[in-house]
Order: sequence, then C-alpha cells, then structure tokens
Amino acid sequence: MQSSPNSKPTTLIIRTIAAWSVALLLFFPLLFLAVTAFKTEGQAIAVPSLWVFTPTLENFVEVQARSNYLHYVWNSVVTSVVSTILGLLIAAPAAYSMAFSPTKRTKDILMWMLSTKMMPAVGALAPIYVMAKTAGLLDTKFSLIVVFTMSNLPIMVWMLYSHFKDIPHEILEASRMDGAGLWDEFRYVLLPLGMGGLASTGLLCLVLAWNEAFWALNLGSANAGTLATLVASYSSPEGLFWAKLSAASLMAIAPIIVFGWFSQKQLVQGLTFGAVK
Amino acid sequence: MAEHTRAGSRSLPRLLMSPAVLSLFLWMIVPLVMTIYFSVMRYNLMQPDQAGFVGLENYSYFLTDPDFWPSIWNTLLLLGSVVVITVVFGLAIALLINDPFPGQGLVRILLISPFFVMPTVNALMWKHMMMNPVYGWLAQVWTFFGLQPIDWLTDYPLLSIIIMVSWQWLPFACLIFMTALQSMDREQLEAAGMDGATYFQKLWYLYMPHMARSISVVIMIEVIFLLSVFAEIVTTTNGGPGNASTNLAFLIYKQALLNFDFGVASAGALLAVVLANIVAVFLIRMIGKNLD
Repeated sequence: MQSSPNSKPTTLIIRTIAAWSVALLLFFPLLFLAVTAFKTEGQAIAVPSLWVFTPTLENFVEVQARSNYLHYVWNSVVTSVVSTILGLLIAAPAAYSMAFSPTKRTKDILMWMLSTKMMPAVGALAPIYVMAKTAGLLDTKFSLIVVFTMSNLPIMVWMLYSHFKDIPHEILEASRMDGAGLWDEFRYVLLPLGMGGLASTGLLCLVLAWNEAFWALNLGSANAGTLATLVASYSSPEGLFWAKLSAASLMAIAPIIVFGWFSQKQLVQGLTFGAVK
Repeated sequence: MAEHTRAGSRSLPRLLMSPAVLSLFLWMIVPLVMTIYFSVMRYNLMQPDQAGFVGLENYSYFLTDPDFWPSIWNTLLLLGSVVVITVVFGLAIALLINDPFPGQGLVRILLISPFFVMPTVNALMWKHMMMNPVYGWLAQVWTFFGLQPIDWLTDYPLLSIIIMVSWQWLPFACLIFMTALQSMDREQLEAAGMDGATYFQKLWYLYMPHMARSISVVIMIEVIFLLSVFAEIVTTTNGGPGNASTNLAFLIYKQALLNFDFGVASAGALLAVVLANIVAVFLIRMIGKNLD
C-alpha cells in the first residue's frame, strides 16, 4: 500500500496546488480578455491593469450597434452544426467499414484522405473561389457548409476509424452470430460503444468549423459572414480599441466555449465506454 | 444466412465508403488540376494581358525567392516546437489531473478552454493584451520583476507565434490524453503498485504503451493543422520583421493576395503539398505502427 503515493495527504495538496496553478496560468489570457470587455477604453490600457472598476456594458452595445450580432451567430451556428452533422453522416459509414472490414488498401486510403488536408487553404483559394463564383454560391451559407464539411471530413474519418478500432471485434461477431442485421448492429452495438468517439469527433469538428476564419473571410461577407468575420472587422489597425475588440471577441467565442464546457462533461462520460473489456 | 453475410461482406464495405471517398476525390482533384494548370501559366491579376503558358517559370521564381528556404525552416521549426511542447506538457498535465482532487472538474474546464478560441481572437488577444511592450500584461510582469519589457512580436516574432499556437493546441492534446487515461486498466496499475513498481516504472511500462496511439493521433492531427498556420501570422506579425516569421502558407498568401500573382502562388501551393508529403512519410515511419 505504501507504493500508492496518491493517497498521501501531502501529495494530494501538492497535486491540487500544481493543477490549479497550471489551469489558472493557461486560462489567464481569457480571463484578462473577458475583464477588459467590461472596461472603458481608457481603463483598458491602464498600467498597471485595473482589476477593480465599475463594469460597463457600453462596448457590447456598441458592437451590436455596429453590426447585427445575432445575424453572425446564426450563420456560425448553421454552418458549423450542419457541416458537422453532414460530415458525421458521410464519415461514420466509411470509418466503420475501414475498421471492421479492412483490406490491404485501407491504410493507403486513410493516408490519401489525410493528404487532401495538407495543401494550405490559401493554395486552393483561387480554384475554390472561381468555382463558388461560377456556381453563384459566393457569400452563401451553402458554400461555407460544403467547404467546412469537406475540409473536416478527413479528420472525421480518421478519428472515427481510430475510435472504432477500440471496439472489440468479438462483440460485433457475437451480435452477428445472434443474427443481428446491419441496422441492429449499428443501433445496439456500434452506437452505444462508439458514442464517445462520435461525440469527441463531432465536438472537434464543430469547434474547427466555428473557428474557421480563412474560408469564412474569403467566401462569405455581408450575407453569410460568421463570427470570425465579425472579429476580423475589429482587427484593423485603427488604434488601441482594446475594450471594443475584447467585447467583440468575447461575443464571438463565448457561445462555443460554453458549449465546450458542457459537452466536455458528456465527452468524458461518453469515453468511459471505451473501457469496456 | 451465412451465404448472405459472405456475399455482403465484400460489397457492403465499399458501398459504405463510397460517399466519403467520392466526395473527397472531387474535393481534391478539381482544385488540384486547376492549381496545376495555374502553376504553369502566367496568371497575374495586375497584368491580365500577359497571360499564357510559361512552363516551369513560376516554380523557379518561387524556389529562388530569398524568402523560400527561410519559410521552409520557419514552417518546420514552428511545427516541431509546437508538437513537442503540446505533447510533453499535455501528457504531464493529463497525468497531473487524472486522479481526483478538489476542483478537478473546474480545472479540467479551465484547461481545455483555450482550444475553443478562434485563432483570430487568440492572435489579437496575445498581440495586444499580453505581448504589447507598453500596456501588455507580460510587460507589466517583466517590469514588476525589474526587467526591461520585451517587444515580443518585433524581437522574437517566431517564438511569439509558437507561444500563441501552443497555447491553442496544448488543451487539445490534454483533452485527448485525459480521455485516453480514463480507459487505463486500474487493476493492472494496482497490481503493479502491489509489486512495488515506482511511479516512473508505471509511467514507462504501463502508461506509455497505453498512450502510444493517442500520442500518435495528437501528433498526426497537429501536423496537418500546423503545417499551414496562417491566421496567427497574418493577424500579428504579417510574416515579419523581414521574413522572420514567414512560413510557407504565408509566403503563398503573399504571392497570391499581396502580389496578385496566382501563377506563382499555385506553384508554391504545389510545393507545399510536396513538403507535406515528405513530412507525412517521416511521420508514418515514426508513428505509423501505433495507428494500427
């Protein structure tokens, strides 16, 4: 028993202090950003930084007055959610067949899929832009959904494949012995056991789509612009407007961060399924 | 029943794979063909009258650009530094917070938050509120300790980008490692503890083999994204000073959108694909066996 150091109270205290220090250190820039959003412009650049002040909402009011925040939120929600669902629908069957019916070429196909992600987005800008323009799809949510889905698809296939490989073959074989069809297999074996993988993959791709800036800026503007375009409009070097920049940034990242906080719990719970022996 | 399964086992997997394979094939081949076409043409938006076939001229122009080799070096340095930082610290943090302690849930939430931040916001936040040499928080910390504040983006541009990108991806590595640690075999750990294994023995012989695949996954995904870091550079240093923080993606961007030369940019994009594939081959040699 003496070899279980985690049960000693002193190590517990050290571990607690260390963990909290690391967490606060990494979270600090976000805290600073959030606090700055509630300052006036003058308070925002005060040295040393103010931590006690009367909070103001004027920055948020001004951001909303300059640009219709809800319009951008709606675009971000639609493009990221639809592209994630679409991606999962295409990726899950592919990952399933690669994980459970592998052939000699399975690994080559996986590598090829990943290689499609390796060209820098800026390199594909001219062709994609020309195509979107020809099809009359510039500045539409549809074009952003297609681009987000396709650019996340290789990652999705690959992550799901990696998760599905964790599901013991014996369980699937046993269910097939019992005469389970493809749907039963999916519903009663793959879905519950692969839930953690589907959740973490979906979460990752939702975040990537929400935060995507390059395509959102180049293919969307007034009509289909996402929150990334809203923030970019505050990045012009027009002086030190830290408070307004912070407010716009906070409004852009708050929804996905809060979503991340909630889904993170689900994620960790879901992934304990992976411990099934 | 057996007949049915045997017949189905050949065609069904292909059927299930076809939507992903076909859509990705189109997504890859159409832009690729167009990029190859642009790369052998003179295609400068500033000189639309001088269009025509130029052979490999765009390639030699891009390859002899004095910024080319520095940009390759910067790309690889940025990639390597961030991967090492995130994997090493990610593992350390995941192990640190794996066992219960007061506030574990909250610590986990704080730790993973940076990953949900947009690269644009990340860059703007670090540029202004953290790294500004006069008003920034880091300058205040340096002053507090009686040191001369650092002008991060001017004096250490690439290091600044590495810090920003690591801050973003460390939580991702943590999240993957934390979830992988959840599935560690507790009985095996306890048995090893009973047998008197030290913490480092357990770390090396039990944790590391178990974590091998998730480490490979993290490296693989990070490599794909970090080869073309862009938003952080364009928002903060604009590749400078000089070419100190210009990576390959930014160099292509400079040709396409600042010099309006899509021919040269397309040649650069194809060279980026070649670089990515070289990196991929190395990766598969090193970690490929963990991905089985």
